[in-house]
Amino acid sequence: MTTPNTPLWEVFIRSRNGLAHKHVGSLHASDATMALQAARDIYTRRGEGLSIWVVPSTAITASDPADKGMMFEPAETKIYRHPTFYEVPEEVGHM
Amino acid sequence: MYTQALNTAETGDHGLEDAGKAAQFQARIDAEERIEPNDWMPAAYRKTLTRQISQHAHSEIVGMLPEGNWITRAPTLRRKAALLAKVQDECGHGLYLYAAAETLGTSREELVDAMLAGKAKYSSIFNYPTLTWADIGTIGWLVDGAAIMNQIPLCRCSYGPYARAMIRVCKEESFHQRQGYEIMLTLCRGSDEQKAMAQDALNRWWWPVLMMFGPPDATSQHSDTSTRWKIKRFSNDELRQKFVDATVPQAQYLGLTIPDPGMTQDADGHWRYSEIDWTEFKQVLAGNGPCNRDRMAARRKAHDEGAWVREAAAAYAAKRAQRQTAQAAE
Repeated sequence: MTTPNTPLWEVFIRSRNGLAHKHVGSLHASDATMALQAARDIYTRRGEGLSIWVVPSTAITASDPADKGMMFEPAETKIYRHPTFYEVPEEVGHM
Repeated sequence: MYTQALNTAETGDHGLEDAGKAAQFQARIDAEERIEPNDWMPAAYRKTLTRQISQHAHSEIVGMLPEGNWITRAPTLRRKAALLAKVQDECGHGLYLYAAAETLGTSREELVDAMLAGKAKYSSIFNYPTLTWADIGTIGWLVDGAAIMNQIPLCRCSYGPYARAMIRVCKEESFHQRQGYEIMLTLCRGSDEQKAMAQDALNRWWWPVLMMFGPPDATSQHSDTSTRWKIKRFSNDELRQKFVDATVPQAQYLGLTIPDPGMTQDADGHWRYSEIDWTEFKQVLAGNGPCNRDRMAARRKAHDEGAWVREAAAAYAAKRAQRQTAQAAE
């Protein structure tokens, strides 16, 4: 019997209270329960996390690197979105 | 660990690829940008990295065998727990690396099959046997020490997923080397027999460990491309020299003698070692080392005997998925 290729999962770990889950890597597992267990063994052998998310890699939609110019250009040209764009006299103090 | 002799780049057929894209790619590399999985890359870059990262992964997995040999015979519970954790780390390293290799577009199954079929190589160092407990100390101290030398520059490799995997590996590798050195220190402070055992292990491992850095610079043909692509940051001989310079004082502290009577120290502090026997290296790479057949047989056996587990897990997942679809339809 030939088995199908084991699905790929992306692993996210929250390291401490108050921090967000962060992508740490990926692994193969046939279902979500096994993916969680494998993530525990592979990515948290030294107390790296307090919470794990596993997500099927196929469920992720990624932006195309080729479009990054068009995609992120607006953020670069709108300097008025930054606090340093505005002038506040020194006498006013820290704001 | 263990990328020795794997860093040979493909010589690409640039004529078939978009010259503009290739120039842009090289400009990104030159600017120290990281290349990510969905970015455009030359086919030869992809092929070189798939081979290097997957062979690095195979080495981690095969590397579990010589050390696993001593888990049941570790002298104390403390040593046993540490060795077990170390072997588990090697497995983890293999898995990080397989995941990095897969981002280049080859499936895990294909990568593993290539190794089991003998088409993909792993580090030659694991084709040597672990005859005594001192070998476990020596592997941690020297084999992992050499691996760290090799791997630290790889944390800055141009391919993002490989570099990130190496950062995790390097963090863990430090424990491996220290636990190995501690084993050696304990043996060297023990009875005459224990110290002799440590010396014997060093005698057997020294030259194979120096070979881990790969052929001398004068004879490795493909380094240029790997260097241009910033996969490789230092030459084989540079890394080997750094390793020797770091290791000699450690051996002296242990009171052990490096089995190279011709070794001398330069005025500038570098330790010069004698000529390495590259015929032995070639023989081991060609499959004629002391344990090549054992290692392959052990990997194939594990893969075959695990087949029912993979089948059962796949069948269970399929059944659950089917049930969920049926419930959703109700």
